[in-house]
Amino acid sequence: MAHAEPAFKLKIANLSLFVLYVNTTDMAQLKNQLDTRVNKTHNFFSNTPVALDLSAIANSNISPDFADLMSFMLDHGMHATGVIGGSTEQREAAVQSGLGLFPDTIVKPTVKTAPIPTTAPSITPNAEKNNAPELPEFGLTIETNNSNVLDSDTQRQNPVSQVPPTFRPTMIINKPVRTGQRIYAEGSNLVVLGVVNAGAELIADGDIHIYAPLRGRAIAGAQGNENARIFVHSLEAELISVAGCFKVFENGIPENLRGKPVQVHLNGSDLIIQPLLS
Amino acid sequence: MSKVIVVTSGKGGVGKTTTSASFSSGLALRGNKTVVIDFDVGLRNLDLIMGCERRVVYDIINVINGEVTLKQALIKDKNCDNLYILPASQTRDKDALNLEGVERILNELKESFDCIVCDSPAGIESGAFTAMYFADEALVVTNPEVSSVRDSDRILGILAAKSKRAVDGLDPVKEHLLITRYDPKRVEAGEMLSVTDIQEILRIPLIGVIPESESVLQASNAGTPAIHLDKSDVAEAYRDVVGRFMGDEGLPMRFVTVEKKSFFKRLLGGR
Repeated sequence: MAHAEPAFKLKIANLSLFVLYVNTTDMAQLKNQLDTRVNKTHNFFSNTPVALDLSAIANSNISPDFADLMSFMLDHGMHATGVIGGSTEQREAAVQSGLGLFPDTIVKPTVKTAPIPTTAPSITPNAEKNNAPELPEFGLTIETNNSNVLDSDTQRQNPVSQVPPTFRPTMIINKPVRTGQRIYAEGSNLVVLGVVNAGAELIADGDIHIYAPLRGRAIAGAQGNENARIFVHSLEAELISVAGCFKVFENGIPENLRGKPVQVHLNGSDLIIQPLLS
Repeated sequence: MSKVIVVTSGKGGVGKTTTSASFSSGLALRGNKTVVIDFDVGLRNLDLIMGCERRVVYDIINVINGEVTLKQALIKDKNCDNLYILPASQTRDKDALNLEGVERILNELKESFDCIVCDSPAGIESGAFTAMYFADEALVVTNPEVSSVRDSDRILGILAAKSKRAVDGLDPVKEHLLITRYDPKRVEAGEMLSVTDIQEILRIPLIGVIPESESVLQASNAGTPAIHLDKSDVAEAYRDVVGRFMGDEGLPMRFVTVEKKSFFKRLLGGR
């Protein structure tokens, strides 16, 4: 007799998950603000699993009406899956309403990474930031559990890539990057030791270091990390970009920067190119 | 151990076929049993440059399709005893070349030849890819002008990423830079890129510089590889290339300066 194929596998997966931090037991206030916030970002949530963090209201004896909250969230595309923290009563009430229980606390990385709004990598001219005013602090914040703050005021061009990339080890390239080649350091920094020739393209979600002439393109902070920087041993580039703000050197690179070691960073929406002092 | 050497460039008209003809002839003159394969299916030229176009009966596609044996398709060169030519098909489509067929041919050739020179077509499409895929070494032919240098850069990228050696994780394809149609006068006048400029961009070892010369055209029309020309600087330059390829040391890099006097200085200064 042939062995039956295993019908399933049980594994532990580390998935990024949205966490709704419930800061108040006043459900009317929470729903009101949640409504405002979510309506600003159409289609951001679509049957998206969301955990409820009750740590902030654990000392209250009121248990929120979870069934009502769940159906409200569902109307906004958020699928409540379970609760984190909270008092014993609150957790029991959650279970009654069909929610699962997560372990009490979230293990957070010690270093809080910079905000990474997840726009698709873009090199659109002068990608003006969507300068919607910050909403005032109110009863809830939305975070993912790997603590990359999601700036939900930023319009998302690509709702599929909502989940910020997890951080990966630096990618190191030790040979020339030639015309037509494109290197993408997804979710990490990029270090290049060989020459980057005209027509080649370096893209990184983090910083880019080039210890050789850069004659092609370098795009740092491709997912929108405005704190990303580019360090170049010899600037001869066609294009440099940080978090969507870019500069082309149509009329050549200014004399004081050409062929020099420089760093490139973002100051507001200005791309700053500075000579590196040795 | 036989070597597969691809002569490639990306850009057309830079001197790949001229180089393939002279380089393979030079290898044969140095006693290597050599075969030169034309991969430019549909636009075959190598047989013309080698002066054997009237003796082409079968071609590489016939061999790949198993219609004839390799021995039947190989043409013996009229100038060198050690040299054979495997012509391309003029009538077939370039898609008739497939990697499996080419690998089979190369393996069979490796049994009896020391050097297998593959003359690549221009471009980066299947013909050029097939020609370079199995290479152990590459002569990258570049003219001293920006578009040619950029195309060579592209080819070097493909060699480093997509050749069989790269795919199998073996030692990378050994790259040699060959600058052709070099005119020191025009370089001095700032009309052409210098050897230094080109090396600065491509950053691979220079195997030789072939000067621009009318004799190349005459040799092509006569069906004689330029290396056989008497008293020609092109022939000398190609012999130097072959010498360096064979490991001769201390060969001066000739024909790179206008003034012959400053020549040794130049050579000791640059690489």
